[in-house]
Amino acid sequence: MAVPMTETAASPARTSSPITPPKGATGRGRLVRRRFRRNTFGMVSGVVLILLFVGAFVSPWFYPFDYRQQDDLFLLTPPSPTHWFGTSKLGEDLFAQTMRGLQKSLVIGLLVAALSTGLAAVVGAAAGYFGKATDRSLMWVVDLLLVLPSFLVVAILSPLFRGGSWLLLVLLLGLFSWMITARIVRGMTLSLREREFVKAARFMGMPAWQIILKHLLPNMASLLIIDATVNVGAAILAETSLSFFGFGIQPPDVSLGTLIASGTESALTFPWLFLFPAGLLVLTVLAVNFLGDGLRDALDPTSTRSRRRG
Amino acid sequence: MARFLTRRLLNYVVLCVLATFLAYALASLTFDPLARLRERNPPPPATTIAAKEAALNLDEPIPLRFSTWATGVVAGDFGETVTAGEISDQLWRRVGVSLRLFLLGTVIGVVLGVILGVVSAIRQYKISDYVTTLFSFLVLSTPVFVIGTLLKVAWLPVNQAAGTQILYFTGEFSAGFSGTWWEGVVNRLQHLVLPTVAIALGQIAYFSRYQRSAMLDVLGSDFLRTAQAKGLTRRRALFKHGLRTALIPMATLFAFGFGLLITGGVFTERIFGFFGMGDWLITGVAQQDANIVATVTLFIAVLVLFSGWLSDVLYAALDPRVRLS
Repeated sequence: MAVPMTETAASPARTSSPITPPKGATGRGRLVRRRFRRNTFGMVSGVVLILLFVGAFVSPWFYPFDYRQQDDLFLLTPPSPTHWFGTSKLGEDLFAQTMRGLQKSLVIGLLVAALSTGLAAVVGAAAGYFGKATDRSLMWVVDLLLVLPSFLVVAILSPLFRGGSWLLLVLLLGLFSWMITARIVRGMTLSLREREFVKAARFMGMPAWQIILKHLLPNMASLLIIDATVNVGAAILAETSLSFFGFGIQPPDVSLGTLIASGTESALTFPWLFLFPAGLLVLTVLAVNFLGDGLRDALDPTSTRSRRRG
Repeated sequence: MARFLTRRLLNYVVLCVLATFLAYALASLTFDPLARLRERNPPPPATTIAAKEAALNLDEPIPLRFSTWATGVVAGDFGETVTAGEISDQLWRRVGVSLRLFLLGTVIGVVLGVILGVVSAIRQYKISDYVTTLFSFLVLSTPVFVIGTLLKVAWLPVNQAAGTQILYFTGEFSAGFSGTWWEGVVNRLQHLVLPTVAIALGQIAYFSRYQRSAMLDVLGSDFLRTAQAKGLTRRRALFKHGLRTALIPMATLFAFGFGLLITGGVFTERIFGFFGMGDWLITGVAQQDANIVATVTLFIAVLVLFSGWLSDVLYAALDPRVRLS
């Protein structure tokens, strides 16, 4: 890992060197893939996630009911071949609603994770690389935001996206959930900064932002990938929690959180209203977490989880 | 050392004030506390609205409003709510309700989480390890509001089978309850069990995950082998040398886990009908009340910083290198 990954990855393709690696050679990518395939939970989670994605985005194309449509002949009916997950007391089809909610939650989760991990990478690397006053002020901001939980801030600002776009919710969640990852990135930057290849780049006159983008961040790629995955799960939980209280996705649109909120009151009498959205939410986040765990084992075999005790 | 501690404390105070100011300013910018009044039918006269506006200081700029409020807070007066109640009247009762829940949740969560993590590391790749891992993954993937509802659903048959209410689902104590002091305590405990379980489960899962990997780290280390080589039994070596080292990273995680706990606490209070600080936050946002929101923020900020300070103390207690330097 001492060599920046961008170069190792790019050089064979660019310079078609005479020394071609023998067939079946073990490159890093191959090793990672092999290690990941050995992890049953990780593989199953990957498949489950793909199925969930396909279900959420493809099913509206062929499923006969829309999530807004009200079927007056079926009010509060349990699951049946016509309405797979049953209907609500207004006759809305729960399967269509759950798939719509799942779509929203998945998209929000991915966007927030990308935003927060990107922000964490930039802030953490800048704090670690520049040190001194930059470091101190950035870490102070991190402390301040840790004192102010994201749930609280988004709840306060929720009147803003009542009637507004859900993209604002994504932006806010992303802006207030990068702090812990940023701390880890900063710690790794502090040790990478003293490595020879970074020093060499610096003495050759490479500007700081290029060193950060080309040498520091690619060397933390595995950490960032793992953290981004875990952050997807955290973001989905944050979004559903806010929506549960009516601070997130606003009606008429639905998310898994709003569905669970309306199903909670009748969890005992009409259990399908609660169990299907809640079950799918848990399944999604569980799959994301297992995937992250599997990726950690595959990308970072020295991490403690996969190490057998000697 | 004293200078270091004073500087630390000063930093904490500044962070608290700034966090509260940010919450207050954001709330004042987005909230419209007069909306309810204006939408009333028949519409109230303009003078009523103006009087309310003046009573809430809405005509002043936000920093001035904040400084008025903050001066009151220093003197112990947290201002009025939009519905013209005194915040100080409810504050301490609500703080008590929340602290009771948080404290029990943390203590149970940390103790059980650490025990589960250690056991699961010592018996790695045994059934118990897989069960613990699966349990913690499941709990960490389930939002608190689902856990709370499931607990209610799961407990109802038990109550029905017993014929009486063994544990209650809502409120801190039965309304209109009268009895001896001891019966009162029992009644409160009956209400407290389910919310505490709901809050503690997440903490147990969180700490057991990290304790397991920290313990695995230690189990493979040389100093533990040395300890056994010099004649200590495995059990003694594990608990005297292993566990103590493996607990060190937990001290840092404690502060992060606390944030998780507070967000979880908001839901738990809301679902189980506890009128604590978390419930107040939701009410405050619903009533568009900047004073309530700022008060809750101050409470959360103090708690988070206190847990950060506590984690530093724990770190120093566990790691002699920190204490001596």
